[in-house]
Amino acid sequence: MYIYDEFDQAMVDARVAEFRDQVDRRLAGKLSEDQFKPLRLMNGLYLQLHAYMLRVAVPYGTLNSAQMRLLGDIADKYDRGYGHFTTRQNIQYNWIRLEDAPDILADLARVGMHAIQTSGNCIRNTTSDHFAGAAADEVVDPRPYAELIRQWSSFHPEFSYLPRKFKMAVIASQRDRAAMRLHDIGIRLVRNSAGELGGEFYVGGGMGRTPMIAPLIRDFVPIDQFITYAEACLRVYNRHGRRDNKYKARIKILVHELGAEEYARQVEEEFAHLLTLGIEPPARELERIAAQFAPPPFASGLPDTIDRSDPAFALWAARNLQPHKAPGYTALTISLKPTGGIPGDASADQIRLMADLAERYSFDELRVTHAQNIVLPHVRKADLPALWRELVDAGLGSPNLDLAGDIIACPGLDYCSLANARSIPVAQQIGERLAGKEQDIGELKLKISGCINACGHHHAGHIGILGVDKKGVENYQLLLGGSEAEDVSLGKITGPGFDEAGVVDAVEKVTDLYLARREDGERFLDTYRRIGVEPFKEVLYG
Amino acid sequence: MRILTGNDLKAGAVVWWTGYDWSRHVEDAADVGDQADAIAAREEAARRVNAPYAIEATRDAGGTPRPAHIKDRIRALGPTVRPDLTLKPADPAVGNWVI
Repeated sequence: MYIYDEFDQAMVDARVAEFRDQVDRRLAGKLSEDQFKPLRLMNGLYLQLHAYMLRVAVPYGTLNSAQMRLLGDIADKYDRGYGHFTTRQNIQYNWIRLEDAPDILADLARVGMHAIQTSGNCIRNTTSDHFAGAAADEVVDPRPYAELIRQWSSFHPEFSYLPRKFKMAVIASQRDRAAMRLHDIGIRLVRNSAGELGGEFYVGGGMGRTPMIAPLIRDFVPIDQFITYAEACLRVYNRHGRRDNKYKARIKILVHELGAEEYARQVEEEFAHLLTLGIEPPARELERIAAQFAPPPFASGLPDTIDRSDPAFALWAARNLQPHKAPGYTALTISLKPTGGIPGDASADQIRLMADLAERYSFDELRVTHAQNIVLPHVRKADLPALWRELVDAGLGSPNLDLAGDIIACPGLDYCSLANARSIPVAQQIGERLAGKEQDIGELKLKISGCINACGHHHAGHIGILGVDKKGVENYQLLLGGSEAEDVSLGKITGPGFDEAGVVDAVEKVTDLYLARREDGERFLDTYRRIGVEPFKEVLYG
Repeated sequence: MRILTGNDLKAGAVVWWTGYDWSRHVEDAADVGDQADAIAAREEAARRVNAPYAIEATRDAGGTPRPAHIKDRIRALGPTVRPDLTLKPADPAVGNWVI
């Protein structure tokens, strides 16, 4: 994985020193909150319901053991013993003291991490496939290209004050495990008929109050031009994106209002101009980065079977493992969704344990998934039983990946100052209600947001839940039919909302209907698409 | 009643105006009447509070100020999903006060 060179380190160290000075001046009264707020946000420091919240960037979700261990130590030293993994593959701490923030950033810098551009109207942390480098179906490891985007976009002077925040994702397989088309720019790396590597560019997707699926803007951008093309996409947006209305400022609105064809035409015009300027990073820089993502030294001749004689282990292995490109290995997902638990939360001890397990079993690597789980990407199948026992002992052995209990939920009104309703208690109750039948229900993507900003991806859930404020009382709208995978679609609201207990009942009703009406091999989403929304409305409101 | 709240500048903790100081406990909140803006401006300038704002509240049966909106009741208590991190960690049912 990528290790900072002297330029990366100098840049991050300088930012720590700068922020330390800004905090000192704020505490000394030389900066007002109005002056300080944009400065702290540029370093990922929010003021939330109960305290300051620090969002730490995990570029494309990749961590080594030392970094993960430090994340656990920060939770103990500066917070209240836990962290929250987010849908941007980042981690947040909820109880940060302002006066501690510079020390935390200094600690992070020592392991090659930071919180830069985790807030503000800039290019945010680039996300990727959490199985990158391990997935059997990828055409190339997408992370070197995501890292190149990180370096290009960090402190990019032209794109530090965009009309609105900007999110990019890079994947390299037909299966979409990164909600790629629900990003401002989604890139799928592909090979053309000549075997050359390039990128499909999808621009103008997103969730929030106006969810949109990104249209294809260009079907093949040669890999040695892809930063130039991304720059052209950003330039057109920066030039024409609305700055008068924050609700219409995202690039999806611009692409929608111009039309994808006209937006693409303007991008091509800008692209042609930029090509004459030679702004593409030199090939040797990409090679330098790519060399750091070389596959680990996989052993050959390993047994490619798994001993499934323990039923509990077999259940977990059937759900939480992913095919790996190297024979004898697998990528495993550690569910941070115990029944009745808080989605995405992990204690300091659990974080450190996962770091230790990665060191011992996974070539020192971990990934954070956008579904708020943790991946050990390169594990020998023969090591699985021993590893699983350690996970179970630490409360990390839930066999529920992609099942009803594997719910994405934003922090909601329990923590977030933007939220209108609580998300976590609803997730907990649904998880408990469906725990006995989630294996029977099979794949079910349940996603809950506590407000229209959609951090919980509710638009893209097979079942989505949106919390709203109805005259001061929490109310929950139910959506059905969304997907953020390669079969991307946006969920539709079923009808009037429900109170907290009612929405849990509603989810059970629609899953019961699915169980009654499904045909062979159908997931919940497949049945919904086949029979339509009306039967579901009937059981909900009839 | 109207009560004044904000966050401690250094720690970020939720605080409530008692009439002469800031307290972590909403039970101590004083009715500020029409003085909220003046108190907020003075206290913010002195860096004793960050981002202060006034809210409507009632008094519950025990006489404790109860913020009118659920968001401020959660601020007053702590996260309902982590009773151990609230201001009343010994009471596992404390979240019911928020509803």
